[in-house]
Amino acid sequence: MNWINSVVRPKIQNVFKKRDTPDNLWRKCGSCGEMVFHRDLVAAFNVCPNCDHHIKLPSDERLKLLFDRGEYETISVPSVPSDPLKFRDQKKYTDRLKDARSKTGKEDAVTGAVGRLDGSEVVVAVQDFAFMGGSLGMGAGEAIVKSIEVALDKKCAFIMVAASGGARMQEGILSLMQMSRVTVGVQRLRDAGLPFLVVLTDPTTGGVMASYAMLGDVHIAEPKALLGFSGPRVIEQTIREKLPEGFQRAEYLLEHGMVDMVVHRHKLKETLGRLVRLMMHQPKAPQSDYQLPAAPTAPQAAG
Amino acid sequence: MHTYLEFEKPIAELEGKVQELKLLAQEDPTAGISDDVAKLEAKAAQLLKDMYANLDTWQKTQVARHPNRPHFLDYAKALIEDFTPLAGDRNFGEDEAIVGGLGRFRGRSVVIMGHEKGNDVETRMKHNFGMAQPEGYRKAVRLMEMADRFSMPVITLIDTAGAFPGREGEERGQAEAIARSIDTCLSVQVPFVSLVIGEGGSGGALAIATASRVLMLEHSIYTVASPEASASILWRNSDKAKDAAAAMKVTAQSLLELGVIDRILPEPVGGAHRERAQMMADAGDAIEHELRDLSGLDGASLRRQRQEKFMAMGRGDLS
Ligand SMILES: [Zn+2]
Repeated sequence: MNWINSVVRPKIQNVFKKRDTPDNLWRKCGSCGEMVFHRDLVAAFNVCPNCDHHIKLPSDERLKLLFDRGEYETISVPSVPSDPLKFRDQKKYTDRLKDARSKTGKEDAVTGAVGRLDGSEVVVAVQDFAFMGGSLGMGAGEAIVKSIEVALDKKCAFIMVAASGGARMQEGILSLMQMSRVTVGVQRLRDAGLPFLVVLTDPTTGGVMASYAMLGDVHIAEPKALLGFSGPRVIEQTIREKLPEGFQRAEYLLEHGMVDMVVHRHKLKETLGRLVRLMMHQPKAPQSDYQLPAAPTAPQAAG
Repeated sequence: MHTYLEFEKPIAELEGKVQELKLLAQEDPTAGISDDVAKLEAKAAQLLKDMYANLDTWQKTQVARHPNRPHFLDYAKALIEDFTPLAGDRNFGEDEAIVGGLGRFRGRSVVIMGHEKGNDVETRMKHNFGMAQPEGYRKAVRLMEMADRFSMPVITLIDTAGAFPGREGEERGQAEAIARSIDTCLSVQVPFVSLVIGEGGSGGALAIATASRVLMLEHSIYTVASPEASASILWRNSDKAKDAAAAMKVTAQSLLELGVIDRILPEPVGGAHRERAQMMADAGDAIEHELRDLSGLDGASLRRQRQEKFMAMGRGDLS
């Protein structure tokens, strides 16, 4: 199959990791300010061991977290027209792309992969905020569409891990059109009866939130992730008032009915696995040892 | 009373002079200045024509936002018989930033809707300057689904700076409402024509403009983010809106080149606001033409064609 780009195995990944991030590095948690041993943070998939803050996770780490034994095949993406607008602001768009590519080692903001999650075959597409804010342009749109096509081909579930500031503005109107375009992909999954699960991570806003990220069969958010249409700064400027604490955070969206659950990163894989198996009418995963969430206590009737 | 834009100053001066001379000629028909009036009028007309044939992106942006430009309700009045606006999203409220309902367009029943910006302080407030809340998009979904049930074509007129960025809108799921509206545009099995009549602002426009055919008026714009927002995000300086508009290629002409729209509808010389009746009649003809073109297709083909049209955007070569 020509969509297989490369097979990623954990060992190979570790070699790369050692080269560019020395083990003795300390990192400061952006939430509690505690210095955390880099190696501990990597082992915890960027969840702060001190305060449980979910730090942004690079796409390779996300894939490693989700796929069994960290093994998956990346989906190759046909190239798209680059810089159709010949765009430059303070910097040329082509230079920004070059920088983002060398910084992340990725072609664009979305990486698609296929593999097994708790034994079920799934396709996962991950949007990486480190690549130009995870912005949705033609490259990212193509990667998602291609990933959906692989899911259609394999008749398996599609999981979208979203993280994005919105449209890739340097591609102008063509980036806006990716919202409609990816929605066509979502409809094809729906027509084929295949599950579409969205994992909303920090931050997901703008055109991504206003299209496929809100069209999943199930929406799972990571704790405290900033999720919304307009950014909080724009809203504050428009309405000239301070926004309440926790506004547009994952828990706020749960309360307002926009997501199904807020799930800790360490419970994400088992949650997705359980959902995929239920939706695909597959039996329980043989090795599953997860616990069902405790049932909420029924409130007393008022009388 | 005509509102002149900043760059129209030379025209304002000439036309002002013509008016003065005309008054003078009326007061004193013996003065023999009617030849001068005619000459000056011709000069003003030529200047207007030349100017509007060469508008830059920022000038077009201003024309697209011209307060005297026909708005949704003007088009509805001019083109739709028995126009019956319908209200509410059946969930939370009514949002008059998007107006829509049933009507008769050139003999056939249609669902027509669009953003309404309003024309004075009162109506602008009433319609929230054409910036919709989730309820506006949920009403749009409701109307599109109704069109689908009753096999009526959908006509949408686009004219918004964008969806409203507010606290309540976020609480009630602005993003989800827009997403669902795009989704519905791509689902309905009826002919669907959109016309950008002024400003097509970002997701708030796309939400009801993911159509079988998308047309733009000659001096309208369609953007991923308003030039002002783009300037403050990319240039970190909202005064750079002019540069942002040019760099983002927001004109109808650029969008046609990029393959995002199907056709440009010429405006009368001097813009839609100068010959409003003419503009609206031309728009009616163009919409009728597209609807007739789509009328031979069955529902499933209409949906498939719309899906394929958007699936192709960004694939293949553009440059
Ligand atoms: Zn911490």
